[in-house]
Amino acid sequence: MKLYINKNEKASGVSVSLDDMLLTKDLPTTAGSKMLDGYVSLFGADITDRLKDAGICVSGKANVGEFGIDLLGETSYFGACTDDKGALTLASAEIVKSGEVKAAITLDVNGAPRRCAALSGLTYVKPTYGTVSRYGTIPAACSGECVGVMAKNADDCADILSVIAGHDDKDGTSLPEEKCALLKKDAPTDEIKSVAVIKNIADTADDATKARLDAVKSALANAGITVTEIECDVMSAAKTAWSVLMCAELCNNVSRYDGVKYGHRAAEYKTIGELYTNSRTEAFGELAKTAILYGSEVLSDDNYMPVYDKSMRVRRVICEAFASIFEKFDAVLMPACQKTAYTEADVVENKYIAFDEALYTAPALITGLPAVISGGVQLMGKAFSDMALLSLAKIIEKEGK
Amino acid sequence: MKYETVIGLEVHIELATESKIFCSCSAKFGGEQNDHVCPACCGMPGMLPIVNRHVVDLGMTAGMMLNCHINRTTTFDKKSYYYPDLPCSYQTTQWFAPVAVNGLVDIETSKGKKSVRIKQIHMEEDAGKLVHDDWTDTSLVDFNRTSVPLIEIVSQPDLSSAEEVVAYLERLKSLLRFAKVSECRMEQGSMRCDVNLSVRPEGSTKLGVRTEMKNMNSISAITRAIEYEVSRHIDAIENGTEELVQETRRWDDIKGKSFAMRNKETAGDYRYFPDPNIMPVVIDDAWYDGIKASLPEFPEIKRARYIGELGLSEYDADLLTESRAFCDCFEGAYAVCGNAKESANYIISDITNLLNKKQMTSDELKLDGKSLGELIVLVAEGKVSRPNAKKVLAAMFEDGVSPAKYAEDNGFIVSNDTGKMDEVIKAIVAADPKSVADYKGGKEKALMALFGKCMKELRGNCDPQVLREALIKAVDEA
Repeated sequence: MKLYINKNEKASGVSVSLDDMLLTKDLPTTAGSKMLDGYVSLFGADITDRLKDAGICVSGKANVGEFGIDLLGETSYFGACTDDKGALTLASAEIVKSGEVKAAITLDVNGAPRRCAALSGLTYVKPTYGTVSRYGTIPAACSGECVGVMAKNADDCADILSVIAGHDDKDGTSLPEEKCALLKKDAPTDEIKSVAVIKNIADTADDATKARLDAVKSALANAGITVTEIECDVMSAAKTAWSVLMCAELCNNVSRYDGVKYGHRAAEYKTIGELYTNSRTEAFGELAKTAILYGSEVLSDDNYMPVYDKSMRVRRVICEAFASIFEKFDAVLMPACQKTAYTEADVVENKYIAFDEALYTAPALITGLPAVISGGVQLMGKAFSDMALLSLAKIIEKEGK
Repeated sequence: MKYETVIGLEVHIELATESKIFCSCSAKFGGEQNDHVCPACCGMPGMLPIVNRHVVDLGMTAGMMLNCHINRTTTFDKKSYYYPDLPCSYQTTQWFAPVAVNGLVDIETSKGKKSVRIKQIHMEEDAGKLVHDDWTDTSLVDFNRTSVPLIEIVSQPDLSSAEEVVAYLERLKSLLRFAKVSECRMEQGSMRCDVNLSVRPEGSTKLGVRTEMKNMNSISAITRAIEYEVSRHIDAIENGTEELVQETRRWDDIKGKSFAMRNKETAGDYRYFPDPNIMPVVIDDAWYDGIKASLPEFPEIKRARYIGELGLSEYDADLLTESRAFCDCFEGAYAVCGNAKESANYIISDITNLLNKKQMTSDELKLDGKSLGELIVLVAEGKVSRPNAKKVLAAMFEDGVSPAKYAEDNGFIVSNDTGKMDEVIKAIVAADPKSVADYKGGKEKALMALFGKCMKELRGNCDPQVLREALIKAVDEA
């Protein structure tokens, strides 16, 4: 079981691990793919500069599922990770649990880091889209993916998020500094007084997960926060829409890996076509290949309007659904996954389980809204309510003790 | 049977920007191979595109020059295809909301005037270039041209002959060079053209089978290619020599024939979708109005003004309005000296000669009109002689020097010191008694020899009339 693909032996003092979707100048970056085995970038992610400026070391590059789209890192070319009970987990979570680092920074492409934090009892913040630079992240599903922070508690998440959030001229989707500044620790936040539980989503979870939801509900109620159950039928459409958008973008983004300039190149080929085909056949894993084919299909002339364009319209509908929820409530509570543990058998049984589990993780990706994992469940809030959500996480942590 | 040809053009034009469309690499033509590249234009993972605002300026300018509607929210999209000169395997272009749509371009041919409708103008990045090495049987990629900004101007199928196509291309070239959108140099590939062509019986409303010829880059080749394609189509329709199919063809100008490209190279579902890394570009009123205000007067309007208001000949007006740089220089000079004819003459003869000597195009002219005007004033006031003005002009052309200062520093100011002139005349007359005798004997030419010697000694800095009179007087007295 490989936690680090590459380790920084010189790390000392306060350190964080980066998952292998984040580019570093000094260490190779693989995206969990044979395609990029040994690839060393000419430049590091914007966040690596911010960490360095804050005197924080990078402990190394954590193993990650191929292009971050899977359930819990099980598709990594370097092998899956399991915890002490044999359940699937992300290397980032194991590194945080070991106490070696203050936090793990990951790219949330399809919810794996949030899912894993919920399963491991860790805290995670997927910030508001556009507040942490994506410059120097391996591109997978650019319209939704965010750099997020995993730690043992909300305070550590907030500390590291404060360091990495900020406007970046090198990222065209980066928001202005005054917006990014709302994610700093000392920024004023609106207190969260009411939370809505989306019942039709919560009902799909198993009993153990529902019990975690109930525990968090009572913790919040004890702290004087009103908790209300609501129905939101359209929310479940986020799952399919995100799968469509994510696969389309992934297909396009990974098309640059052709074995010509860098990355894996097949040993056997006669023509340029064979060079492309053989390199890609050999280097991409099964789930990535499925996503590429699916993404290519949804962007074809025949499918663009009925599938891709419709998914973009669903994206708008989901955004509007949240807007109307936030007219009455300050935050939303829902599960981050269906069960409380997953094994390799689950993935064998259902190859596309990661796409099914997007039921819980896609809403935050498709809308760009912030999500925080705490107490094994997920909180979502209005744009820039990241720090307020982390304050709720603190309440949950306190009540849980 | 009589046939008519239906032609639509897609014209690619490289924009005259300093840097590339999504990164800060130089967009200049040439350079050592792979000199103008960075991780972004090489397609390395993790780099994000940042739109060069000047590209949007020029896209809007082109749209306005061609009477288009400007989309005030314009977006970029990704177009996927595999080719080794395309580092990301996708090209960033505009598909859903191009910067300009629904334009109109007026052309004039031997058959009269005609308007050609423009479907759209979109901004996009260029691809790299493959360099084939036959010796080692390998292909190498040069990414210098990758991400150089382009606009593609798509016309409606409103053209019907090679003559119209040429008139249309010349008109685009003139308008876009005037607006400084591009140098439109076909020989350097900064203007390239895809020709879509079909043939149908005259009067028919149904379009014939369409073929496309890609990447045409000379006006004469385009004419030959269209003429060949038309006769090939008619031959196929009339004599059944071959079955016409909708396809992309390559024009071989040496063989004088077009060839079908392999289907694999052309079959394409480009899987367009909006680029999530580039926010929609919103053109607000200030931006729009600023570009609108910066548009140049159309060349034909300038031409009419030069003739009607400034009294230039049609010939002079035609020559000047061939180039925006000439017009700017002319108008700058006229504003200072108030003499249109003189300003035009300097540009059409002396400056054109200097450009030709340096093998420069008029667009490369750096000389500013204001200093040309100053030089014309110096000549008019008799402070610099005409022959010396040419020398001053050459220095201005070369180094952008101020004419007054350069003339002063180099002794080109006409002297009013008759004492010096008399001294020179005296010496020359004394040194050449033969010429003096010849002149007195009736040989007019002998005086010219003396005059030339005096002029040379005085370095041209005197009024020739004054010198002539003084010389005659001195010879008579000798």
